[in-house]
Amino acid sequence: MKRIYMDYAATTPVDPRILKTMKPYFSKKFGNSMSLYHLGREAKDALEESREKIASFMNADANDLIFTGSATESDNMALKGIAFANKEKGKHIIISCIEHHAVLDTAKWLQNQGFELTLLPVDKYGFLDLKKLEESIRKDTIIVSIMHANNEIGTIEPLEEIGKICRENGVYFHTDATQSFGKIPIDVKKMNIDLLTCNAHKMYGPKGVGALFIRNGVKIEPLLHGGGHEFGLRSSTVNTAGIVGFAAAVDISKKEMDSDAKRITKLRDMLIEKVLKIEKSHLNGHPKIRLPNNANFWFSYIEGESLILHLDIKGVAASTGSACSSESLEPSHVLIAIGLKHEEAHGSLRLTMGKYTTKEEIDYVAEVLPGIVESLRKISPFKRDCK
Amino acid sequence: MKHYGMYTEEVMKHFKKPINMGRIKNPDGTGKVGNVVCGDVMYLYIKIKKNKKDEDIISDIKFETFGCVAAIATSSMITKLAKGKTIKEALKITKMDVADALGGLPRIKLHCSVLANDALREAIYDYLTKNKLPIPDELEKEHKRIMKETEYVEETFKDYTKMQKEQLNLKEK
Repeated sequence: MKRIYMDYAATTPVDPRILKTMKPYFSKKFGNSMSLYHLGREAKDALEESREKIASFMNADANDLIFTGSATESDNMALKGIAFANKEKGKHIIISCIEHHAVLDTAKWLQNQGFELTLLPVDKYGFLDLKKLEESIRKDTIIVSIMHANNEIGTIEPLEEIGKICRENGVYFHTDATQSFGKIPIDVKKMNIDLLTCNAHKMYGPKGVGALFIRNGVKIEPLLHGGGHEFGLRSSTVNTAGIVGFAAAVDISKKEMDSDAKRITKLRDMLIEKVLKIEKSHLNGHPKIRLPNNANFWFSYIEGESLILHLDIKGVAASTGSACSSESLEPSHVLIAIGLKHEEAHGSLRLTMGKYTTKEEIDYVAEVLPGIVESLRKISPFKRDCK
Repeated sequence: MKHYGMYTEEVMKHFKKPINMGRIKNPDGTGKVGNVVCGDVMYLYIKIKKNKKDEDIISDIKFETFGCVAAIATSSMITKLAKGKTIKEALKITKMDVADALGGLPRIKLHCSVLANDALREAIYDYLTKNKLPIPDELEKEHKRIMKETEYVEETFKDYTKMQKEQLNLKEK
């Protein structure tokens, strides 16, 4: 059967060119970057060269970037590390209500530890309320964390404005750029970003490698103590192969990001146009100010997990924000935050494309989807006004 | 037993091709239940006839479900288990019978079998009430619990149900 991958926001396949770059670092150049002999130096050189490449991609200084094990770890470190290091300034944390769980749950954990948390609302497209942000910043606010682009609905937040507000108010600004990094440009200097989370596996690099940009001068505590790797901020033997892979992914993105984005945006808009022809189908997020590869819908009267499994039977891999598909049996907090009702979030479908997505694949998805929606509506008690 | 991800083959069979799906016109009993856990909704319709021993049997049964793979599969399975049974026999079906007949359900989806079972009980309760027949104590107790839970779900889904009522009214007029 034809297998069509439409879940690039979950993870991406490793680009063969990247894998090739990584390979020597498993068995030949396997040294520990902390060792003094040539194998160690070789690993250290690869590490620093990678750091330089990735940092320059976000217009950061190489010494301001540390490697971690995942974007989740980077988010945890940004929030907890700032919270622990800046207690004398205050205990107030601000995040948006559509952050990824890596930020949301970390902030809530900190709240349980005695920190104060403000969750900022978003509008129906998922855009942050900038006025509310300004009003929420207090003397004792230590960090504002707002994601660059939302992982579910793809909405791109106005980081430059947010960064400006934070800088003017003297508050650290962290952004989770996991979904956007390598897809749309980001500039930590221009956007006044103090901390930035990104990772490799959403941009055709390997899993298990993340990075955290920490602007020079930011007061932060490490999560992991030990051998003093990564300027003493993240002890752990360095994952050289993974990091080299991350840098290779950035190298490719530098060259191909713009043309890929252009092509994928076209596919995305084609898909959205076709899917919205289905009766009672709705687009989540903004029609244009969204990630080039993200399309998110909800269909009245049906449930997302059933939709996903029917798509799977047809060979299409996709995802949903339905309560039924989550471990907590709660619907997606993002869809609820943009104003969807529980039953509307129930019927949501996220299709995310990538550089290997073809027009034929888009056509195929658009061809099988209406039939699946229709068959599920036939079973649903709420279908009366649909054919 | 082969598994399709977290679901068994039997679950997938009923999900792909549910049996007894749809609505019965002028049903003798209707069970409408909602799941407080995840928000799934199930409507179950029954038709009752007498057998040779003059006992009430479920001669026809159909369902409509707004829910996940497990909700659809358990709906389909409960209709299979209840069809042709006397009311007394049907009331003996448990949520575990439904789950077992499907070759098991993931722990997180066990509540779906509760929903299917509740819908059947409600349909029988509705039939007994309408026909002023005696209602077993156990069923009465369960009805009260189900009503309480359904109230919550109805509140959650009031826009959907309101719209549906309006459409039904239009049709009847």
